[in-house]
Amino acid sequence: MRTFRGGPILLRWLLSCFLITTIHAAGAAAVDAEAQQITLSLATEPPTLNSLRSTDQISSFVLSHVMEGLMRYDARGDLVGGVAERWELREDGATFWLRDDARWSDGRPVTAADFVFAWRRALEPTTASQYAFILYPIANAEAVNRGEKPLDALGVQALGAHRLEVQFARPTTYFLSLTAFMTYYPIREDFFRAQGERYAADAHNLLFNGPFTLSRWVHSAHLTLSKNPEYWGRGEIALQTIDLPYITSDPSATFNLFKNGDIAMAALDVETLDDALERGYPIHQFQSGSLFFLSFNFREGRLTGNYHLRKAIQYALDPDVLVNQVIGLPGVQPGRSLFPRTVRALDGRFRDHFPAPLLRPDLDKAQWHLQQALGELGLKQIPPLVFLTGEHPRAGREAEYVQYVLRQALGIDLKIDRQTFKQRIERMSRGDFDIVSAAWGPDFDDAITFGDLFSSWNENNRGLYRNPEYDRWVRVAMESGDDAVRMNAMAELQRIVVEDVPILPLYESAMLYVTHPRLLGLERSIFGGDPVLRYVRIRD
Amino acid sequence: MLRFVAKRLLSGAITIWFIATATFFAMHAVPGDPLSDEMAVNPEIRRNLEIRYGFDKPLMTQYAVFMGNILRGDFGISFTQQNRRVNDIIRAHFPVSAILGVLALLIAAIGGVVWGALTARYRERWPDYVITLLVMLAISVPSFVFAALAQWLVVGLNAWAGHTVLPVAGWGSPAHMVMPALVLGLGTMAYITRLTRSSMLEVASQDFMTTARAKGLSETRVFFRHQLRNALLPVVTILGPAVAAITTGGFVVELIFAIPGLGRYFVQAVQQLDYTVIMGTTVFYGAFLVIMVLLVDLLYGLLDPRIRLR
Amino acid sequence: MTAAVDFQPLERAPRAELPSQPAPSLWQAAWRRLKRNPRALMGGWAIILMAAFTVLGPWVWQVDPGAQAPARASLGPQAGYWAQVVTDEAWQPAPLQAPEPLTLVVDEANTARVRLRWTALPAAEGYRLFRHERMPRSATDLGLPLAELSPAETAYEDKLRLRARDYVYTLQAMLPEGGERQVRVQVRPGHAITSYEAKLQGLLAIGEPVAVEQLYLPAHPLGTDHLGRDMLARLMEGARTSLFIGLLAPLLFVGLGSVYGALAALLGGAWDDWMMRFADFIVALPFLLFVILIRIAFGIGPGESGILALVVAMVMLGWPTSARLVRAQVLQLREQGFVEAARLSGAGYGYLVVRHLLPNVSAIILVALSFAVPQAIFTEAFLSFIGMGVTPPTASWGAMANDGMQTLFNHPQQLLLPSLLISITVLAFNALGDALRDELDVRAGERL
Repeated sequence: MRTFRGGPILLRWLLSCFLITTIHAAGAAAVDAEAQQITLSLATEPPTLNSLRSTDQISSFVLSHVMEGLMRYDARGDLVGGVAERWELREDGATFWLRDDARWSDGRPVTAADFVFAWRRALEPTTASQYAFILYPIANAEAVNRGEKPLDALGVQALGAHRLEVQFARPTTYFLSLTAFMTYYPIREDFFRAQGERYAADAHNLLFNGPFTLSRWVHSAHLTLSKNPEYWGRGEIALQTIDLPYITSDPSATFNLFKNGDIAMAALDVETLDDALERGYPIHQFQSGSLFFLSFNFREGRLTGNYHLRKAIQYALDPDVLVNQVIGLPGVQPGRSLFPRTVRALDGRFRDHFPAPLLRPDLDKAQWHLQQALGELGLKQIPPLVFLTGEHPRAGREAEYVQYVLRQALGIDLKIDRQTFKQRIERMSRGDFDIVSAAWGPDFDDAITFGDLFSSWNENNRGLYRNPEYDRWVRVAMESGDDAVRMNAMAELQRIVVEDVPILPLYESAMLYVTHPRLLGLERSIFGGDPVLRYVRIRD
Repeated sequence: MLRFVAKRLLSGAITIWFIATATFFAMHAVPGDPLSDEMAVNPEIRRNLEIRYGFDKPLMTQYAVFMGNILRGDFGISFTQQNRRVNDIIRAHFPVSAILGVLALLIAAIGGVVWGALTARYRERWPDYVITLLVMLAISVPSFVFAALAQWLVVGLNAWAGHTVLPVAGWGSPAHMVMPALVLGLGTMAYITRLTRSSMLEVASQDFMTTARAKGLSETRVFFRHQLRNALLPVVTILGPAVAAITTGGFVVELIFAIPGLGRYFVQAVQQLDYTVIMGTTVFYGAFLVIMVLLVDLLYGLLDPRIRLR
Repeated sequence: MTAAVDFQPLERAPRAELPSQPAPSLWQAAWRRLKRNPRALMGGWAIILMAAFTVLGPWVWQVDPGAQAPARASLGPQAGYWAQVVTDEAWQPAPLQAPEPLTLVVDEANTARVRLRWTALPAAEGYRLFRHERMPRSATDLGLPLAELSPAETAYEDKLRLRARDYVYTLQAMLPEGGERQVRVQVRPGHAITSYEAKLQGLLAIGEPVAVEQLYLPAHPLGTDHLGRDMLARLMEGARTSLFIGLLAPLLFVGLGSVYGALAALLGGAWDDWMMRFADFIVALPFLLFVILIRIAFGIGPGESGILALVVAMVMLGWPTSARLVRAQVLQLREQGFVEAARLSGAGYGYLVVRHLLPNVSAIILVALSFAVPQAIFTEAFLSFIGMGVTPPTASWGAMANDGMQTLFNHPQQLLLPSLLISITVLAFNALGDALRDELDVRAGERL
């Protein structure tokens, strides 16, 4: 064994580590106006920067700064052209005209073939990309992903270097927003093939076409992004360097770094919030647009399939108390709908067009529904229900609160099943629960990212909710080419969720954070990588 | 001597095989699917993932493959960090844990022996009481509390000094290592203090001490040459296990001080059921422990000529 | 000159009983010395007190450790008080009419809700509402950003963790081109409880109209935790868990290890070799890593506390230390003079084990036990800290300390109280172990 012969190797490792680490010592100032440099911390190491396989927020943040898709989001969160200069969206497909001056970080042009290659590669069964489904609106994508059709059957063609033709499997009014997602980023074939298995393993195994390049990647320790001199829009990028020398998910450690002037931004939790208030830091709020909810199990033999039991739970639990007293962070909104307030539709907010039905908690009504449920089920008392949840401290707290409410209001004994990540997923997919706490974050800017969650064919419908009426409205929302029709269908979905309670929305997430006073132009983004540093400028 | 080392290495190899086997089956006994993720994927993609990681084969075949790879010193590719080989992960992050661990151990050993000698020298007088109280405190307060407090103190210190005296977190310069090493070494230091104290007292009652004094040696000389030197032997024996305990126990310190050590990888890997990383880290740590214990035994033989290595 | 009498016979007194007893046994002697050892006394008393706290405590302080009151979460020690009952009716605020634009008024202020209204500023593009716990010191020091509101909204109901203390609300009207105007109002909410909460807590009956205006909310001598549960009651419940794990696991693994070690020593030869080789394997396993692995592999079902899984993990990994100690001791004893003597005088095997080996070995076992207890309590605390310990709502000191870590600087008592109890227990057992080792004259502690 290599480790056995170890002595000298060990020594060499120790020495080399010492040298490496002393050369690039962490700890420049939080912001540097002269060098236009900003220092931040990361919660975790990016699990993978291979855009075909990335699924998490940290990778998405890094990728969104070093890569660029056909479209991207601007400072206000609206879609604008990225690599695409012009585009045309039809019912049956779309055409994109690429910029002449879009270049890879090695100076060669970004071409339509780079998109075709990346999209095919993402759908190739052996890639096993979890986000392959996001390409399914493209003609034949699903069949290609299942290995039923060859890669070149995919409905996307490069017509010359700068024109990309896409055929749709069905009308997709929100396709432009999809092309801003990381799975849609381009990859250049020759570079990808030259790297082989090493693609995206280290900074030099990646090629960039975004406003920054990844110039350093010391795993779990230090990432540095530098302005990309080849980027077509380099003129509008003021920031020269984004330094990420700290990787910790501990909120107080992050806040301590901020207090010490080491990083330019820190998220706050309930504990650090009070400290920040006491110090008089201006505090910002960001509605991050994820929905946290309880999902009921509809499998055969589960009591939660009973309508009145779900209704009783719905009337007993007050999301308002959960949000204001248990979570206690301003900006977090009580869950009232399948669609968070941040969801946009028809040039506005979905919920402004279609207000969610307001249901007030009512313990007397809850009791009434409970009696109905007992009658229907032929029971004297509801036997203990299993509540599956995760290991995060906040999840534990919420579970304890829900458990207490159901015990006090309905006399139902909730057994908390707290599992580590993979065990929870396993139990979710096997259906070993009555109620499970879950969350969903939107991937792109259309209400359907929430709307189709509880259709009978959705793999993430872990409770196996089956409702033909729900399915029908999802089909309308997916297949219509008219946004007004689609959004009306979504409103029906919203109504069904409140009336039939397949899930119980608990809250919509939000973040509080502090930033360095000389940091200007920092934007937050629900989709496509957060925070957005593209527009940042450091004031003198 | 050579035969001793050879024999110990052989039994070490068997130990490592045992660790690898125990880990392999314990890991597979853990319920849960290492290939699953928050988002569900369709069955075709799943099957491709299974083929990629060899899960389509029977368990014993997987075991044989694992063992074969370990013999060749190859731990495979991480499940969660999909582009990284476990060997690279260990190579990159173990040195960090090791440097931190060695520093912590140095602090613990030197501090522990000095405090321990002091308490023994001033037995049942106030330095003894004060130090014993501090030691008890250090033993009974969990390390995560110390870590949080230490960081908070550093922020306060920097604010008071008006510039960064000590970095709050991160890794890269000797200054970054001070606080984490101190926090990490504290528990062991307290332990070594107690150990040194009791073994000093035991040595004090031995005949050769009386003989030394009867020969007319000065008190200082008796204290250092005879008492302290002999009292150090038991301290040396615990250094091996202590190194392992410190390097593997650094998880919390690594998290709070944003240090890219290996401890974080293991805890994360267990939670994520990252089979290859779990295997790699446990086997590596097992080997490390075996070597450390062996080194300590050799060192012990050098320090105490009465012990002959068989 | 009187004759000097040098010696005079004493009157014959009844002969005093000689202070002689049969030679004290090892245990009697140890017990006597222990009683005079200050560390042993301190440790012993601390353990007795802790046991009383655990067993008698819940009998004296009869408060449900699971009863939550989220609206009274994370409080310091406090007396009971009367609170106004607030019913949960919908609020349809009418637009505020005032001569001055951007006037901010408080419609209602209690700890259940603070209702604010303001006059619309026609030019405003939106409003931001902030809440501070003191007067702002600068233009940016406005406090908690409660909400960002559209120009159409001119009222806000604040329910966020309100306490009976002074608050300063600042309303910021956003004007075109980055301009702004601010108004401020200071309020002190009175104590209140919503009828929903009162019904949940069992203070009001469900299904009956709310008839009372005031309710008495109970005192919390040590304050409340993050869900408003009584700290004192939680600490008592936690003591049961932590001490249960802390005593049961060591009892089991020290017991198992002792039997194993003694067996290896008595069997001797190849048996001894192989048994100790196996113990070495277990020792070589990285302890924390395997505790975590076993704990997960063992699995915890719904509603289970996870105590059993923890005990199993600790027992599976903890026994070799005591096995080694006991084996070494037994081997040593076999060669000692008194055993030889006993054997020469014809003592049987069973007599030897019961009369000579057991008493001499039990000292070392006792010491091993007293050092294993703190270790087990610590392991539980550490595992709970990384989320691998007992599952909620089971209270344990480790889990409570973990919860308290998150509010270390705001509400330090939530961390300090359980940590203090951990420390006292660990200290007590350590002190007792030290004393035992000294008084029983065994060289055990150094390998633990």
